[in-house]
Formats: sequence, structure tokens, C-alpha cells
Amino acid sequence: MIAVEHLTKRYGSFTAVDDISFTLEQGHIYGFLGPNGAGKSTTMNMMTGCLAATAGSVTIDGLDIFEQAREAKKLLGYLPEIPPLYPEQTPEEYLRFVAEAKGLPKAQIDAQVAKALAETRLEPMANRLIRHLSKGYRQRVGIAQALLGDPHYIILDEPTVGLDPLQIIEIRDLIHELGQTHTVILSSHILSEVQAICESVLIIAHGKLVAFDTPQNLENRLTSGGRLTLSADCSAEALHRILAAVPAVCDCRLLTAEEGRCKAQLEITGDAAEACRALFFAFAKAETAILQLTPEKADLENIFIELTDAQPDGKEPRHESDL
Amino acid sequence: MKAIFKHELSLYSHGLLAYVFGAFLLEFIGLGAMLYNINRAVANFEYALGSFCIGFIALVPLLTMRVVAEEKKQKTDQLLSLLPITSTDIVLGKYFAMALVFIAPMLVACVYPFIFSLYGDVYLPSAYGALIAFVFLGLALISIGMFISSLTESQGMAAGLCVAAMLLCYYASSLADQISGKFVNVVVLLVLGGLLALLANKLTASGLAGGTVFALCAAAVAAVGMAKPSLLESAVPTLMKTLSPFERFYTFVNGVFDVTGIVYYISVAVFFLFLCVQCWEKKRYNG
Repeated sequence: MIAVEHLTKRYGSFTAVDDISFTLEQGHIYGFLGPNGAGKSTTMNMMTGCLAATAGSVTIDGLDIFEQAREAKKLLGYLPEIPPLYPEQTPEEYLRFVAEAKGLPKAQIDAQVAKALAETRLEPMANRLIRHLSKGYRQRVGIAQALLGDPHYIILDEPTVGLDPLQIIEIRDLIHELGQTHTVILSSHILSEVQAICESVLIIAHGKLVAFDTPQNLENRLTSGGRLTLSADCSAEALHRILAAVPAVCDCRLLTAEEGRCKAQLEITGDAAEACRALFFAFAKAETAILQLTPEKADLENIFIELTDAQPDGKEPRHESDL
Repeated sequence: MKAIFKHELSLYSHGLLAYVFGAFLLEFIGLGAMLYNINRAVANFEYALGSFCIGFIALVPLLTMRVVAEEKKQKTDQLLSLLPITSTDIVLGKYFAMALVFIAPMLVACVYPFIFSLYGDVYLPSAYGALIAFVFLGLALISIGMFISSLTESQGMAAGLCVAAMLLCYYASSLADQISGKFVNVVVLLVLGGLLALLANKLTASGLAGGTVFALCAAAVAAVGMAKPSLLESAVPTLMKTLSPFERFYTFVNGVFDVTGIVYYISVAVFFLFLCVQCWEKKRYNG
């Protein structure tokens, strides 16, 4: 378990990370979301002991990353935003060095390096100089070094940034595979990526943790009191007449109206289920068939914009229980 | 530390730098030996070493400029910081690797006095004493170069600053002779105090620390001025001659094995390696 408590980082008068607290359990893939400059990398650097915190603590399975750095760092594998590679070495030489520096027993180094190369599908490139590898393969070398020593937690800072679509898919598949055997913490500002891979999402903005939940729960949050899409077997005039009898509908925007059918987007107040019920009875009373009635869910993109656009207001982060 | 040491040696083996450094080192020493020992038929190998000292001005920056600056530029310092090793392990691993790159060609140079002794009357203890001191001098200068490399991300800047530092060390004695008079001495001491304050500020990122260092230096100058004003007449020349690593080496060249000189070189190396560790740690605190 990674426990982050009241973590703060200040550079003079600028607060990069402001009193962040959360707990990450084993066996999940966590997404760390936030716009550029929100404090994701700073938080990750502090979680891995690369950067000292101004205040607060990070414990990895009970070991303090700052006080018991040597033991705690052995439980972590970290790929920084820019993979820290030596271009004049081959992936195999590089991984051998990292394995030695991680203090792996000599007898295990060969096996560990071979395993990391196999897991990241780097074997064909093992003996080429890193400077001659493509960006995707360099990223794999960076991930391979994080895997050495079988760490419990793998932290990846924007692992797909700068890659082409094919390489992004490959790296995502790789992260998915890693998630089956390790706890993976992944930072990104690409929402679809986090939505596709992660089981839980932490959203950080202006150095504060503003949300921590599953993507599904975050989407459900904004469902009620939102919008409905309605398609019915009637003219536009009839639609407006029926809707006038439903107080929950406060606005109607006609999308299409042709051949006696119309489709509209409705703004509703109150509970979405209650509004659907009232609409159903109103249309039944008017003997008009409803062809489609769908509550519009807010996607992660909307939630992200809503949560990260707000100026820092000093409010406590909204955790799972609050959402 | 062992992993860093092996890794650094592997990097040296991949590049040309270590080979170029060794070749120039041997060339300079060989040139000195040819001029003094062969052409002029002088039996003292230490004179060849004494004449070569100036070569350090070019060779130390060549060896040390990339050692930390390049790590910062390529962001590989982040990898080293996240590994379960201490900053001291990192700095010592790198330093010992450079020391080996320097000492390996020196082992070849160790054969020269022995060869000369086959053809003439060479006083070997004096020659080997100077060789030992030469190695310690080199190691002290390498630690200074490594510290300078840890101050910047640019190899070029590191090399330039290192050349300036080596020139200052080499010509410290000659420059010292130009400084006379109480006023000039006080001004130079305050300028040196200011440089120390800048260094403290750079290492701690704290204006208070820099200010304190400068205030302490100024207070020390004032105290000496009040207690023994005559000391200020020649304070800077005495200080520069005492601290100049090259000046101390000439004692060995003159045939005296000065143990305090060896202790001084070790102290310089330890001091600058300590500063290197502080520089490395500072990055962890200030990002």
C-alpha cells in the first residue's frame, strides 16, 4: 500500500503540490490525471524519493520513502517523463547496470534482465545502441528498467507522450499486461488513455487533489440533473405541447424533425429517473410513442474540465465517499 | 558505489575520452622526459613531471567536464536518484572511475625512471616520490573539476570554468606577487569572500547562507586587521601560495617527500567531493 499524507512541495512562494493525501492499494491500475503544470510529475517524483517534500510523508508498504529510502525504493519501479537512458549503451548493458545498482543478487541479474527484455518485447533490440532505437523502443527500455527487481509498484509518468498511435497502442497493451501482476500508477493528460486502462482515477489541479474515484463513478456523478435525449413519433409542435405539461423539463432543443418524427435534447431539473417517469406518462397520455429516451452521461472529459478549470479555492478533495 | 563505478568505466570504454586523455597524459610526460632526461641527459625524472604540470590545465577539464553536467543534461541524474543508492555512492563511484582512468596511464609512466636507471645513475626514491605526489595532485585537481561539472548542465561551461580554476591554481603564486599593500589585500580578500558567499548561495539556494558566509569573511578580515594589521600587508600572497596545489608539488620536484603536501591533496579531494555530494543532494531538495 502506498500512503501519501499531507504531501506538500513549495518552491519559494510557489506551491507546486498542496497538502495532498491519498492511499493506493495493491493490485490496481491507478490513473493520475491533470493538466500540464498541475503537479503530477512533482507528486510522482516525491512518491519515488527523487524529490524531497517540503512537508508530509510517503510510505511504501510501511517504509518511509525519505527516512528508509534504500528499502522503500526497492519496492518501486519508476519511469520518469523523459526516460533516463544512456544513448551510448545497449539496452542489455543499461538494464544490467540498473539491476546491479538496485542491489539484485549477481545470480539473479541475468534472469531478471532477460525477463524484463521479454516482458517489454525488447529482445530483438537488446544489443543495439539506445541512441539508434525509436522513441517507442526507448520508452520500452525505460519501462524495462522500472520492472527490474520485481517491484510491487510501477509508477509511469506520461508513458505514451510523443509516441505515434501504433506505439501508443503497444505501450497501453503492455501497461495492461503489467497491471495483472503489479500495481501500476500511470500519469497522463490524455483522458481516453486513463479511461481505457485505469481502474481508479486521481485528478489533480493547481497542486490539489480534486477527485479520486473510478471513471464509472465519476461519470455517474454528473448524470443526474443533466440532459436527456428524446426521440418521439410526433411533430415538433406536438412535442412542445406534451413537454409543456412536464415541469421537470426546463428547456428543449430540437435536433431533428422530419417525417412525423423528432429528436430533441432536453434540459431537466432534479432526478433524471423521476424526469424520465414523468415524460413517459405525459407521452402515454398523449398517445405518442417514445422511440428513445436516454439520460446523457457526462464523459470523463467533461468531468476533467469541470474539476480542473475551477480556480484553487482551498476546498478539500472529493473522495470516493463524497461522490 | 560499485555499480556506478563499473557503469562509468563502461561509458569510458564506449567513448574516446579516456583513450584521448591517457594518450595526451603519456605524451606530455614523455615529451618532458625526452626534453629533460634524454636530450639534456638529466637523471631527475621529477623535473619532467614538474614541467608537465601545466598539462593539467587542459587535461583535467577534458576528463571531468561531462561527468555530472552530462547526467543533468540527459536527465539520467533522475535515474541515479531513484535507485536505492546514496548520493555519496554516486559521487564516489564516478570519482574512482575517473581516478582509474588517470592512474592507468600513470602506471605506464612508472616504468620510465626504471628504464632511465638502466642507463645512468637515477635516484629512484626521489623520482617515485614525485610520481606519487603527481598522482595525488592529479586526484585533487580531478575532484575540483568534478565539483565544477556538478554546478552546471553544460559541458562547455564546465570545461571553461574548470580551465579558469586550473589557471588560477597554476598561476596563483605568480599572481600573488602582484598583490601588495594593505588596501589591495583587503579588497582581494573581500572579493574572495564574495565568491565563497556566491558558492554557498548556489549550494544551499539560500540568500541567508550566502550573506552569512560573506559576513563571516568580512568579520574575519576586520578581526585580523584590528588584532595584527601587519598580517594584512601580505595576507593574500601567503594564502595563495599556501593553497596552490602546484606550488606544493614543486617541493616534491626538488627531492623532498613532503607528507603534509599529500595530506593537503587528500584534504582538497575530500572537501570538493563533499561539495559534490551537497550539489547532488541540493537537486533533490530544489528540483
